[in-house]
Amino acid sequence: MKIIRPLIIAILLIIIWQLIVSISNAPPYILPTPRLVLEALIGRGDIIIQHAGVTLTEIIFGLLLGTLLGSFSALTLSYFRPARQWLMPILVISQAIPVFALAPVLVLWLGYGMLSKVAMATLIIYFPVTAAFYDGLRRTEFGYLDLAKTMNGTRWTTLKYIRIPSALPALASGLRVATATAPIGAIVGEWVGSSEGLGFLMLHANGRMQIDVMFAALLVLAVIAVALYYSVNAGLNRLLLWSPST
Amino acid sequence: MPSKNAFSISVTADRLAFGNNLLFENIKFVLPAAEWTCILGPSGVGKTTLLRLIANLVPNVENVNITCSDGISVDGRSSYMAQQDLLLPWVSVLDNVMLGAKLRSENANKSEAIELLTRVGLAKNIHDLPSKLSGGMRQRVALARTLMENRPIVLMDEPFSSLDAISRVRMQDMAAELLEGHTVLLVTHDPMEALRLGDYIHVLSGRPVKLDAVRCPTGNRPRDLHNPDLLTGQADLLAQLASADEFEGP
Repeated sequence: MKIIRPLIIAILLIIIWQLIVSISNAPPYILPTPRLVLEALIGRGDIIIQHAGVTLTEIIFGLLLGTLLGSFSALTLSYFRPARQWLMPILVISQAIPVFALAPVLVLWLGYGMLSKVAMATLIIYFPVTAAFYDGLRRTEFGYLDLAKTMNGTRWTTLKYIRIPSALPALASGLRVATATAPIGAIVGEWVGSSEGLGFLMLHANGRMQIDVMFAALLVLAVIAVALYYSVNAGLNRLLLWSPST
Repeated sequence: MPSKNAFSISVTADRLAFGNNLLFENIKFVLPAAEWTCILGPSGVGKTTLLRLIANLVPNVENVNITCSDGISVDGRSSYMAQQDLLLPWVSVLDNVMLGAKLRSENANKSEAIELLTRVGLAKNIHDLPSKLSGGMRQRVALARTLMENRPIVLMDEPFSSLDAISRVRMQDMAAELLEGHTVLLVTHDPMEALRLGDYIHVLSGRPVKLDAVRCPTGNRPRDLHNPDLLTGQADLLAQLASADEFEGP
């Protein structure tokens, strides 16, 4: 049933898509039929896969880097009290500026290559990861902290053995949000300036009125995003079996 | 055994207030060495605060004096058992019992932990996660963890109150046996529990709170449930608690 349900949803969506084309009589350069898109997917498959690999790499590096930086920031915020006053405003500013507005600057600084896209994906997930993990670190059950105190635990060992593990479910929900948003960062980065990746391919195809290729690329991007989300989700659930909230 | 160098603890709280909320005034009691002292009172009267004071878990307190008869500070000489078992859900039963050593960056004595878990009847469950255990079993792990700390003073905050009646009686028996030789402070709202386990019983009631010593049944703990003294004692204590409550108004 777990596999059948998404399949049924996908088939239904394709049928609706076909119906819209048939009823509205939209020309193929506005809305291609599912069949045309499938043909583009097969016919241009090698190119699409090649660009998809680039985008996937950007997303994964962005996720890793953002998770690392976010976790590190959250730990710093919760462990060093003065850091809170200095870092919190920076954190809020990083969220107040629309990350997309930074994309041209990032391309200017880091070039047309992968680096600027990885930076973009990192930036976009940095805040959700930091906020979720920091929140989890702050909400350690008081009873555990009391217990640690009567056991003469130090601040460091209490953090290591009690506060970090108990915050992992919160970090996991941050990571789920991050996995869902990281592709946005990579694609926006590619739109602003790049020579490869699915975002680039879509713009390129759009400029040449190859709407079927554009849709095929979009489809592949959706599959990548969904597959990534479900594998991260499954991995986290497996790691956090003890947590009733996952 | 801790009884060899047993010492008594005297607690004096001249005044304890949080903001404008006066909690205690002129409270004074002694925890005699190697005996069980029970503090009995209705919920919300400040029993837990009193216990947390002794455990040094309340920050910034003045006018409260806790002294030990051997002249050494009480800090680091008590272990704490709460109403919730406070088992870490992400590590095994065995690792939970050895938590104290980990927090102090010491090498945990694994064989001792296994022996203690065997004594509380959980030899088969040492590698289980706490979520696999029943409430009674979890509280037994907490007891083993408390024993593992091997502190002379054991502070217990209603540790059996969330258990069903049968598990509760079993836990009381087990705790009485295993904590022999420790100086125990048991905070409870169950008169029967205090009567079964206490060598000394104090009733805490009113606002600001007063502490009254109460006559205890004789005999070794845990006292038999068929002991008629227990039933009459329970009736007396309930009457006393209820009258103190009326004084406050509903």
